[in-house]
Amino acid sequence: MKTDMVIAGVGGQGILSIAAALGSAALDNNLHMKQAETHGMSQRGGDVQSFMRISDKPIYSDLIPKGGADIILSVEPMEALRYLPFLKKGGYVVANSSPFINIPNYPNEEELVKTIEALPNYVLIDADEIAKEVTGSTRAFNFVMLGAASPFIDVPFEYLEEGIRKIFGRKGEDVVKMNIDALHAGRKFSQDNK
Amino acid sequence: MQKSLLLGVEAIAQGAIDAGMSGVYAYPGTPSTEITEYIQHSKLASERKIHSEWSANEKTAMETALGMSYAGKRTMVCMKHVGLNVAADCFMNAAITGSNGGMLVTIADDPSMHSSQNEQDSRVYAKFAMIPILEPSNQQEAYDMTRFGFELSEACGTPVMMRITTRLAHSRAGVTPATDIVAENELRLPEDKQRFVLLPSIARKQYKVLLGNQANFDAASEDSLYNEYFEGKDKSLGVVACGIAYNYLMENYSNNDCPFPVLKLSQYPLPRTKVTKLVEECDKVLVLEDGYPVVEEMLKGYLENDKVIGRLDGTLSRDGELNPDMVGAALGFDVVEGMPVPEMVAARPPALCVGCHHHDVYKALNEVIAEYGEGRVFSDIGCYTLGALPPYRAINAVVDMGASITMAKGAADAGLIPSVAMIGDSTFTHSGMTGLLDAINENSPITVIISDNESISMTGGQKSSAKGKLEDICAGLGVHADHIHVYTSLPKKHEDVKELIRKELDYQGVSVIIPRRICVQKNVRDQKIKKAMKAKAAAKA
Repeated sequence: MKTDMVIAGVGGQGILSIAAALGSAALDNNLHMKQAETHGMSQRGGDVQSFMRISDKPIYSDLIPKGGADIILSVEPMEALRYLPFLKKGGYVVANSSPFINIPNYPNEEELVKTIEALPNYVLIDADEIAKEVTGSTRAFNFVMLGAASPFIDVPFEYLEEGIRKIFGRKGEDVVKMNIDALHAGRKFSQDNK
Repeated sequence: MQKSLLLGVEAIAQGAIDAGMSGVYAYPGTPSTEITEYIQHSKLASERKIHSEWSANEKTAMETALGMSYAGKRTMVCMKHVGLNVAADCFMNAAITGSNGGMLVTIADDPSMHSSQNEQDSRVYAKFAMIPILEPSNQQEAYDMTRFGFELSEACGTPVMMRITTRLAHSRAGVTPATDIVAENELRLPEDKQRFVLLPSIARKQYKVLLGNQANFDAASEDSLYNEYFEGKDKSLGVVACGIAYNYLMENYSNNDCPFPVLKLSQYPLPRTKVTKLVEECDKVLVLEDGYPVVEEMLKGYLENDKVIGRLDGTLSRDGELNPDMVGAALGFDVVEGMPVPEMVAARPPALCVGCHHHDVYKALNEVIAEYGEGRVFSDIGCYTLGALPPYRAINAVVDMGASITMAKGAADAGLIPSVAMIGDSTFTHSGMTGLLDAINENSPITVIISDNESISMTGGQKSSAKGKLEDICAGLGVHADHIHVYTSLPKKHEDVKELIRKELDYQGVSVIIPRRICVQKNVRDQKIKKAMKAKAAAKA
């Protein structure tokens, strides 16, 4: 059992909550995990990434080697492409189709979609829209994304639900339910569209 | 014992709390900030009343920690690598006085400069001060070595450096805490009542104590469980793997089947017996270290023993953070990259937040500076450093904490009049005040803009020592009241602000302009905390 995943996005999009839920799930089930993240200067609207590694064997490096990632999970379409050198042959790109445009030279959106659709294995999902449909707000879009990546993560799906319960438990049952609903919706989309 | 999911920095913080530390002293700086923040939020730390307030700068932090150590208690001082430059005076001399209560100097280096202006390696400083270094290779070791560091410091009577780099600082893993929690030390003055008095006669004696202590540091390294020698059958190569470099080595041998002898090095000075054994039994020695080629240079020597390879001979890149691919290539493995990055992928540099008042300051400043000619704005370390990037390109220098004011003065001395300093509130109280005093004493024609967002924002909104004090500090130092201007920074004041800047640029003396508006991020966090506290109070009632 081993999954290496690059989680990508833009500073402020909250990719760390995805990593936190997954990390908590891994730890509670006695799996090894390492998760490297970006703090400091680049958080201010710059590109950020987190390397997430889960395994039933000890993990050495906090960084994933090039060509070693099973999944690139990106909460933003262009950011998914930035980490392609890390993707393993046969690995999946799971990308949110809603762009985060805070630079003047953001690529043409149609071409961006075409480029992603030309990848051998991808799931392109409008996580904002699905989150809105299922939970009434876009807030849980991160967990739609985790759900969409879940078929490719070599960790039992129930663990992910447990992870969400653990990190959002303090915030009440409503918040837990919202994020778990989002997780299921993302998973369903992915299973129907991969 | 239940594992906790901790960042490397958090593991150090928890380790220090569990090891009976009585106070942490620090100034925020990436990647070291979360050590102190973790202690500030720890229940056990607050029950024990462990000191964790921020210091004004790294020098005051180091000195205060030394004072706590003098009084017999365990203490830690934390900072980023460049912060040690600020604290270096105390750091070097603390090696001469020695410590009393255990003293850990925890320094977070930033190879590849993710959030810094250089990638200096703090191990060089520890070698300079001649004190031991601990360099954990993972989060569990970071936790364990913190306790070990206090013990080592007390056993040897010396401050000990804990050196980490960004990658360990900001990576999470499961950490099993100790089963016992150490009680804090009692107040206990040093037996030798003179050794902290560094008059030359005493300092000479204390320096000999430090020199004599080197043998103890060597012995501690030789015996250390953290310096482990792994035998290997293939002696064509031996590997010295320092700190987290060990992980990048082992990442390349997925079945734990590295064929070469390996010295896993996490405690310095170098363990001579183990190093000698490796060098003697292997044809070549590859040194893997994150940061400067410190160990490599020692082993290679001035006469360039060509048996030793690493960053100096090009086997590894001379600069930048190590990673599994670089190390793999050095070991002769092919690095199989995934797909290339498509050309359409644009750089996404960090930027000032939407609604941040530094925008308003730069917009006005740029328009006025255009009237005087460019090249005269000296800035400083903080969010406003992003004014160097488009769309503003507003600043001409950023060097170190506080250098804006003194560089502006130097340029004015040279005849670049007017010169402007652009500095933040917290950076001003960190290291700007003394430079302002220099300018005041010579009535230098400079205009200092202290762009006040009432928080240490770049590192996550920590409490600024400057809050509520800026005008009084400037007046107290001697800026004339007519040339201290404070205003609430708002876009609608654009024309008035331009007029004010013009007026002060034309004044042939020291002016201070303080645009003030709370950091937008800090404001959101403060409101959230307020709301949560209200809800808590309501629940109680």
